[in-house]
Amino acid sequence: METLMSILVGILFSIGTYLILTKTLLRIILGTSILGHGVNLLIITMGGLKKGGPPLLGIKNLTYADSLPQALLLTAIVINFATTALFLVLSYRAYKVLGTDNTEQLRGIENE
Amino acid sequence: MNNLVILPIIIPIIAGMIMVIFRKSIKLQRFLSVFSTIAISIATLLLIIQIHTKGIQTLHLGGWKAPFGVSMVADMFSSLLILVTSIVSLCCLLFAFHSIGKERESNYFYPLFLFLITGVNGSFITGDIFNLFVCFEVMLVASYVLISLGGTRIQLSESIKYILINIISSFLFLVAIAFLYAMTGTLNFAHLSLRVAEVGQEGLMTTVAILFLIVFSLKAGLFLFFWLPGSYSVPPTAISAIFAALLTKVGIYAIIRVFTLVFYHEPEVTHLLIGILAAVTMLLGAIGAVAFWDIKRILTYNVIVGVGFILAGVASFTTEGMTGSLYYLIHDMIVKALIFLLGGTIIHLTGTSKLKEISGLIRLHPGLGWMFFIAALSLSGIPPLSGFLGKIFITEGTFEAGYFWLGGIGLFTSLMVLYSIMKIFMNVFWGYTDLTEEKEKGTTKGLMLPIGILTIITISLGLGAEGIHNYVDNAVEGLMNPSLYIEAVLGNNLGQ
Repeated sequence: METLMSILVGILFSIGTYLILTKTLLRIILGTSILGHGVNLLIITMGGLKKGGPPLLGIKNLTYADSLPQALLLTAIVINFATTALFLVLSYRAYKVLGTDNTEQLRGIENE
Repeated sequence: MNNLVILPIIIPIIAGMIMVIFRKSIKLQRFLSVFSTIAISIATLLLIIQIHTKGIQTLHLGGWKAPFGVSMVADMFSSLLILVTSIVSLCCLLFAFHSIGKERESNYFYPLFLFLITGVNGSFITGDIFNLFVCFEVMLVASYVLISLGGTRIQLSESIKYILINIISSFLFLVAIAFLYAMTGTLNFAHLSLRVAEVGQEGLMTTVAILFLIVFSLKAGLFLFFWLPGSYSVPPTAISAIFAALLTKVGIYAIIRVFTLVFYHEPEVTHLLIGILAAVTMLLGAIGAVAFWDIKRILTYNVIVGVGFILAGVASFTTEGMTGSLYYLIHDMIVKALIFLLGGTIIHLTGTSKLKEISGLIRLHPGLGWMFFIAALSLSGIPPLSGFLGKIFITEGTFEAGYFWLGGIGLFTSLMVLYSIMKIFMNVFWGYTDLTEEKEKGTTKGLMLPIGILTIITISLGLGAEGIHNYVDNAVEGLMNPSLYIEAVLGNNLGQ
């Protein structure tokens, strides 16, 4: 299972990197989003996948699954969500004001 | 357990949230922002006194003991930085009152400013690496908005690059955290330090350390600073001053914390790498500072030189070098804010940032001119001022560690820094005065107070270095001896 997840993470990372290297802003944002999913999967894989029962007091088990990576993941997802939303809004505004979403043309913009 | 520890985070975030509700009443926002920065300074002063007498103070949130819960740790190093942060942010706020403009003020400038301070203070005080990431994000999201606040064309195009760079570096940070967690099974700094010492810092661990170094270098502008000159020169003066003073310093703090507390076992790999990066950073920054004829560009390249110089002391990994880095870090936060505010005042007065279009300002503004002169001398470390001690100690430390090239480059680049700043001074203040009071674009009314405060601080830090000597020594002792930190955080739980 871990091997499969690692391969999936690798695929997500390469897709994300490819999208970030393109010129359109929207593709770049999608790229960061996909990269974010890859990172989240990496965190959950690194914590070890399912090695025992749920970490609840009432359930008697010899081993419990590690709940820390899931807590980390939850925080990371929220932050990723917030930055992606901000980035989308900002790029929309930039498209409106600057009249382009091509990163080549965004270079060397002077003030007013 | 000490509840004072949480105050530097709680005060600005509560004040910020109250301000979001009262968007229209700018007077209340101004009062509340000044009040909260002063309150943070007082709380931190109390904390510093306690740390000095009783040792490192910790707070385990919710009563969950160290490796399991979230812990806040205030040692002398982080408390000193928080104190300087709140002084600098107070001055930048005072500057913003008269220069930022109604529109930005009514569009949540003050709450965002306080959220930025929350993130900065949080990064300084947190005791585990994941909360470091969270506080970084709090700070960065606030800075994304501050950089694009106002929405001029150049601000929008620069902030897109800034956000993209920081999002990618945040992902790298998470990747590094994931690998670290897989290898050690903990994220608490003190616990990490123990585990890494146990397992030994072998190849893979050093690789993770270097991944962390890359992430923090991106934030600090160490070598990977290509995003910095653009994004620091587009926002209004008060904002770029607080960025120059605080944002890169958080990255530097993280590098110092991680590489003195956790990954200190292989200095011949990691610390040498920091040294090489610092040397290249200083050279490239100094070349940039000398090459440009635009006030904002010269000042932003000076930020980069400062980062390289502070980390040169860290790279030496000796007590002298660390002491120097700490002195210089404190000095740099104050003097960078000062020089950005001065540069901003010049631009505010003349309406241009091109050196060749300004001359003879000293006839009309002698006070501004002489304060700029003092700041310039302080920036390049001329003896009675605050930069000198740090420079001496860092150079001594690098020589002691055998990195003569590093110390040499440091001294050489400070000459270039002096030249670049003197170029501004001579062009702007000397020469033929073609400006009259009527032709000026703005006034210095109200802007001189924060600049004066910072000038006085930089002079008194230089003259009264004995006064803070004890505290800096205390902080360096904590950095060079990780067991103090570990004992303070974990206490009796050492066996686990």
